[in-house]
Amino acid sequence: MNKGRKRRILIAKPGLDGHDRGAKVVARALRNAGMEVIYAGLHQTPLQIVNAAIDEDVDAIGLSILSGAHKTIFPKIMTLLKEKGASDILVFGGGTIPKKDRVELTSLGVGEIFTTGTDTHVIIDYLNRTLET
Amino acid sequence: MNNQKGTETIENREKGSTNDDSFKNLSGFKIKALYGPEDISQPGREADLGLPGEYPFTRGIHKTMYRQRPWTIRQLGSLDSPSKANERIRQLLQMGANGISLCLDMPTIMGRDSDDPLAEGEVGSCGGVAIDSIEDMRNLLEGIPIDEISINFVSNSQSSVILSMFVAVAEERGVPLEKLTGTMQNDILKEYQAQKSYYFPPRPSMRLTIDTLSFCNKHLPRFNPISISGYHLASAGATPVQELAFTLANGFTYVEEGIKAGLSVDSFAPRLSFFFKVHNDFFENIAKYRAARRIWAKTIRERFEAKDRRSCLFRVHTQTSGSSLTAHQAENNIIRVTIQALSAVLGGTQSLHTNAFDEALSIPTPRSEKLALRTQQIIARESGVINTIDPLAGSYYVEALTNQMEAECYKYFKEIEDLGGVISAIEKGYYAKIIADSAFSYQREIEKGERIVVGLNEFFEEEETDIELREADPEFEREKVSDLVALKENRDQALVKACLNEIGEVCQGSDNIIPYLIKAVKSYVTLGEIIGVMKEIFGEYREDSIY
Repeated sequence: MNKGRKRRILIAKPGLDGHDRGAKVVARALRNAGMEVIYAGLHQTPLQIVNAAIDEDVDAIGLSILSGAHKTIFPKIMTLLKEKGASDILVFGGGTIPKKDRVELTSLGVGEIFTTGTDTHVIIDYLNRTLET
Repeated sequence: MNNQKGTETIENREKGSTNDDSFKNLSGFKIKALYGPEDISQPGREADLGLPGEYPFTRGIHKTMYRQRPWTIRQLGSLDSPSKANERIRQLLQMGANGISLCLDMPTIMGRDSDDPLAEGEVGSCGGVAIDSIEDMRNLLEGIPIDEISINFVSNSQSSVILSMFVAVAEERGVPLEKLTGTMQNDILKEYQAQKSYYFPPRPSMRLTIDTLSFCNKHLPRFNPISISGYHLASAGATPVQELAFTLANGFTYVEEGIKAGLSVDSFAPRLSFFFKVHNDFFENIAKYRAARRIWAKTIRERFEAKDRRSCLFRVHTQTSGSSLTAHQAENNIIRVTIQALSAVLGGTQSLHTNAFDEALSIPTPRSEKLALRTQQIIARESGVINTIDPLAGSYYVEALTNQMEAECYKYFKEIEDLGGVISAIEKGYYAKIIADSAFSYQREIEKGERIVVGLNEFFEEEETDIELREADPEFEREKVSDLVALKENRDQALVKACLNEIGEVCQGSDNIIPYLIKAVKSYVTLGEIIGVMKEIFGEYREDSIY
């Protein structure tokens, strides 16, 4: 990415679940840390999310999933990004995601998955560190 | 992984211990070191306390409270498939639960059938049951005595359809409708404010809620048609006092709407029930219940001129706080749930769900679920807290907090009124803003070490707990979809079409929609098809994202 440009992050709630507390808290924390945050809102499909990420030229997509749909949604997003030649966009996430599944998602190229209780500074540090390179 | 601030936190605490600001409850009230008679001796306040079972019911809605009958142990009993959920309900009843709450899977919650493309990967999710058609309702309730066991349907935007399926199955089984007991959550207002499982704009949604209320009023006199829920507001971030104020304001709105629909307040207010969350602050929670009973009773009598004492009763189901559970050192959650459950009991709840300790990680296992249920049985049978009624009454602290909760509530009522009422306040983003602010402040307090979560920002351990988790059934979705496709192929298609056309017409008029929905579900019209037609007429709601 260009040096000096603000980091642009898309935060999305994919799937049918509306529990958006975590997504909104993280969105605000990233914004307060000086990042440009685009909050995609509720009930977004993987295609809508990937299109929004490309249109908005973001550096990373953060997905919040509490419903158990992570096993379907993350792989779909990774595939769509690849198809559209946008695999350089970092995908990370958070929610109710068991450790075993987190390992599987990492093997698909998904970045860090943050579980309930994560300090938002840990997420900010992670993005700063990972988007540096 | 996540929190490495143990020592820093302890230092902050020590510095803060001389500072009064560090003793605050979750609502942000500063708590004094000592409370005494001067904190509760305001003129005229004696009448606010009264006796249990007497207006204004601060000390409880029943004269005998738990001495005659302890609270109802009402555990969530769902699982992906209707027949597996049925099995689980039977197990819970066998273990000593005396009521059941049923939650729905995400597609059903969002009004979509299991074969909807947007349902992919979410059929049977969140430990909820997938209900597409009357066939699912039959399987779910098979062999369950629905005239004896009260079932609480955790159903909101789709309540009119779920109630219709429930009524249709009762009719098939020859159970008289007036014997049906249970609850439909059917609280649409909090969906816009917090849980976000809405389809239509607020006003048509309110019409469906009131159609359901009116139908129950006429035909299901023992059934609670709305459970006005603070739980979700609190889960989204509302503080306890905000939960209290917003829930009550929603309750008053349903009363107004019921009256507008031509019902007399005393004909339906006795069947309105409530649903609270119990969070970590022990005494604050108890004060919340006591204030709720008093404000509800006073408002129903004074503003709505109810004559029936039962209209004034704030009857409440409680669930311990899912959002207070930690993924780290998950066993610590057993203790959190126990303390919260005790607080709900001392607050005078009518029924209680205790969360399983592994819920921050996955849906509960049979083992963790049983432990949650046993927690309630130990409180009821071993702790002795049920021996006397409202044991904390007269505590300077609890009474002062109760009064303070009540006073703060009226400030929120005023703000909502100034915005033109609850629906207007929703449309103006009032709740979204307040709840997002509260959620963010709570997170900040934890991150700054001002609020301690044991095992998370103090006493943190790098090692993650390795506990047994329940796995979702990977085959279920495929089976459910293929069953549904077969059901849709083998029905009277002309009848289905006629029912859907009729529903569309009724949506545009003002007839009560429930009889038309009952006819439709009996003709195997599915939930997703009905909601689809309603969306064409009512439109879909999208909120502005405020964070």
